[in-house]
Amino acid sequence: MQTTSATAEATLLDPDMEVYRYDEQIVRMFVLATAIWGVVGMLVGALIALQIPFWEANLGPYLTFGRLRPLHTNAVIFAFAGNAIFAAIYYSTQRLCKARMAFDSLSKFHFWGWQAIIVSAAITLPLGITTSKEYAELEWPIDLAIAVVWVVFAVNFFATLNNRREKHMYVALWFYIATIVTIAVLHIGNSLAIPISLTKSYPIYAGVQDALVQWWYGHNAVAFFLTTPFLGLMYYFLPKAAERPVFSYRLSIVHFWSLVFLYIWAGPHHLNYTAVPEWAATLGMVFSVMLWMPSWGGMINGLFTLRGAWHKLRDSVVLKMFVIGITFYGMSTFEGPLLSVKTVNALSHYTDWTIGHVHAGAMGWNGFMTFGMIYWLMPKLWRTPLWSDRLANTHFWIGTIGMLLYVMSMYSAGVTQGLMWRAFDSAGNLLYPDFMETMIQIVPMYWVRLVGGTMYLVGAILMLYNMYRTIKTAPKELPDPAFTTPKEVTA
Amino acid sequence: MVFTVLVTISVLIGGAVELIPMFLVDENVPRISTVTPFTPLELTGRDIYIREGCVGCHSQMVRPFRHELERYGTYGRAGETIYERPFLWGSKRTGPDLSRVGGKYPDLWHVRHFENPRSTSPRSLMPPYAWLLTSEMDLDNLDTKLARLKSIGTPYSDAEIANAQASARQQAEAMATGIEASGGPSGLADKEVIAVIAFLQRLGQDVRAAGLTAEAQP
Ligand code: HEC
Ligand code: HEM
Ligand code: HEM
Repeated sequence: MQTTSATAEATLLDPDMEVYRYDEQIVRMFVLATAIWGVVGMLVGALIALQIPFWEANLGPYLTFGRLRPLHTNAVIFAFAGNAIFAAIYYSTQRLCKARMAFDSLSKFHFWGWQAIIVSAAITLPLGITTSKEYAELEWPIDLAIAVVWVVFAVNFFATLNNRREKHMYVALWFYIATIVTIAVLHIGNSLAIPISLTKSYPIYAGVQDALVQWWYGHNAVAFFLTTPFLGLMYYFLPKAAERPVFSYRLSIVHFWSLVFLYIWAGPHHLNYTAVPEWAATLGMVFSVMLWMPSWGGMINGLFTLRGAWHKLRDSVVLKMFVIGITFYGMSTFEGPLLSVKTVNALSHYTDWTIGHVHAGAMGWNGFMTFGMIYWLMPKLWRTPLWSDRLANTHFWIGTIGMLLYVMSMYSAGVTQGLMWRAFDSAGNLLYPDFMETMIQIVPMYWVRLVGGTMYLVGAILMLYNMYRTIKTAPKELPDPAFTTPKEVTA
Repeated sequence: MVFTVLVTISVLIGGAVELIPMFLVDENVPRISTVTPFTPLELTGRDIYIREGCVGCHSQMVRPFRHELERYGTYGRAGETIYERPFLWGSKRTGPDLSRVGGKYPDLWHVRHFENPRSTSPRSLMPPYAWLLTSEMDLDNLDTKLARLKSIGTPYSDAEIANAQASARQQAEAMATGIEASGGPSGLADKEVIAVIAFLQRLGQDVRAAGLTAEAQP
């Protein structure tokens, strides 16, 4: 129980009662970092979206497409989605364990360490310091720093689990555990490299092996950075916001274990028809198709949790955002297995279809789950109502429409270009032998994408502004909430 | 804690099944006798290619479909990638595949193309890379690079390592002279653009030398 009244004040002083307080400052910090880096990362996204149809926007050497693309992906994945994950974990773990984070100092180290890593990424990538391996572009000194911060996070997290006053481990915690363990394994496995200088290294793997290790990592970065922690987030925040219990506990067990087991195998679907051995690609394809089931298990568990609560959607921007998020999780995990099928991949690979798939997942699932969580957390963390519900609603609509424009234009561009690449005339010659012909055709789609992406970005800026105004009305003092529990229980 | 261990195990099983055979396959990757390590200059160019993020727009892996073979050349073989650290296959073609671009154009074409892609490909959307024509290439670490690569398996000889810088300069000098002779700008011998062009001109040549065509088995 939260102690705000005078009687509660008395329990706090009761010698038979143990008092514990949650660290909310750390959650506030992660929430702010999420929103700020989100805007930065999407701004870079909008810039690179402009640079493809309008080459004049390449301001060389530092602000060219090739150098900024990884900055966009790193900023939105590790800074935006990353800080969102940490906010979710620090908020919900303390509550699910009925325990404060074990070490405040480690929490702070984690926060500042992670922000320092992001800043160093924002500096080194435009300078051209990169390994060029997708989602693992940062050079080895930063990789080492990531490993250190991650271990600190893990120690803090597991120590908190160890201190927990609630015996039962809620399913959200399982997803967090899977995330923390697997990301550590993946990051270390993929980053093994031999340094040349502080800013340059060569991977210990070469060619085909490097490709397989990279996509073992790359695919599972999607799985264990953009999927499992967000499922944990969903399992905690959705029932809270809907004030309904999770639909099926059994389903959550089944889909958790099948996801965790199956995901790792699927990496080679990024390498269909390349020089990797045939069996590897086929294995990846089979496991990807199997992944459809447990993924939809998560979606169904999420959507069905809202049974009997759908009417709440009208007034709750939080729930609306969660519903869009979960729906797009369902869409992208249906599309993913489809893209893994070799005949489909033959068309989609190397085209904007992949980009459409990525952003349906990233903007739809990761973005909207994050926005929903932030709108839910704001009043709780700053103890004042959200400054403007209307503005939040505007964010919802502009974000949804923007994302749809983005995704639809990329599907259309991807399929069009894929078909043009493979078209032959009746004499058996390529119908479009000039590559640029297939590009010029889809340039209008790039402009639509830019409009959609900009709308989505504006939505995120509105959220940041709403947060700023909310924080301005917050009370000066925000003491950590205190809770009490009888002493013998924990003894 | 038991739970954590279980998670770790289930994650490792999949990873192991996928990756371990791959390392065993190392021996089984069909070797192609004409595939040799990059020359020091090409390696320098490759590192610039990495620095500029060309891989974000260009793939280097032709798939075995008729339309790709027609457009680019023969498909990618495992055996030709054994010295690629990192691999640069890419995942998105905003520009064409480059794995068979070696020998497609004269050196001068590339110089013009980097300076202003519109001068060679009027409708191009590729960004200009004019600074490659003016910034000097950095050869300082070159012997270290070769030595470290050797330590993880790329067969450079000790002489090659010792002469890395000199060899790079020599190859660059010859290319720059050729470019000037064909009516191009002078003074490019120590510029980054030469290294990148050397790298691009190498792409696909080993497979070509082996006589591997679309029909031939890898
Ligand atoms: C924004 C995407 C983009 C980036 C980044 C980019 N390119 Fe390109 N590139 C293109 C496009 C589009 C074409 C096709 C039109 C043309 O020839 O310019 C092309 C064509 C080429 C060609 C000619 C290929 C052929 O077969 O005709 C070469 C060589 C090339 N690029 C090299 C590079 C190098 C090296 C880099 C990095 C320094 C680079 N490109 C960066 C988009 C890009
Ligand atoms: C304002 C919104 C956004 C815009 C305008 C935008 C734009 C872009 C552009 C132009 C690309 C390059 C595509 C190409 O190479 O053809 C890209 C790639 C990418 N973006 Fe975004 N993006 C946005 C939001 C996001 C978000 C929120 C995420 C993740 C949470 C994300 C994740 C990615 C990833 C992972 C890629 C790489 C895709 C690949 O390599 O296949 N983006 N984005
Ligand atoms: C069952 C689930 C999923 C499967 C089987 C799957 C499968 C695939 C496939 C086949 C590709 C194309 C590879 C290629 O041709 O290059 C791909 C790309 C990608 N997917 Fe998914 N996907 C799934 C879910 C998701 C989700 C939920 C997200 C994001 C939040 C996501 C993010 C990405 C990214 C970032 C890429 C681009 C990788 C790159 O080329 O850089 N995927 N996925």
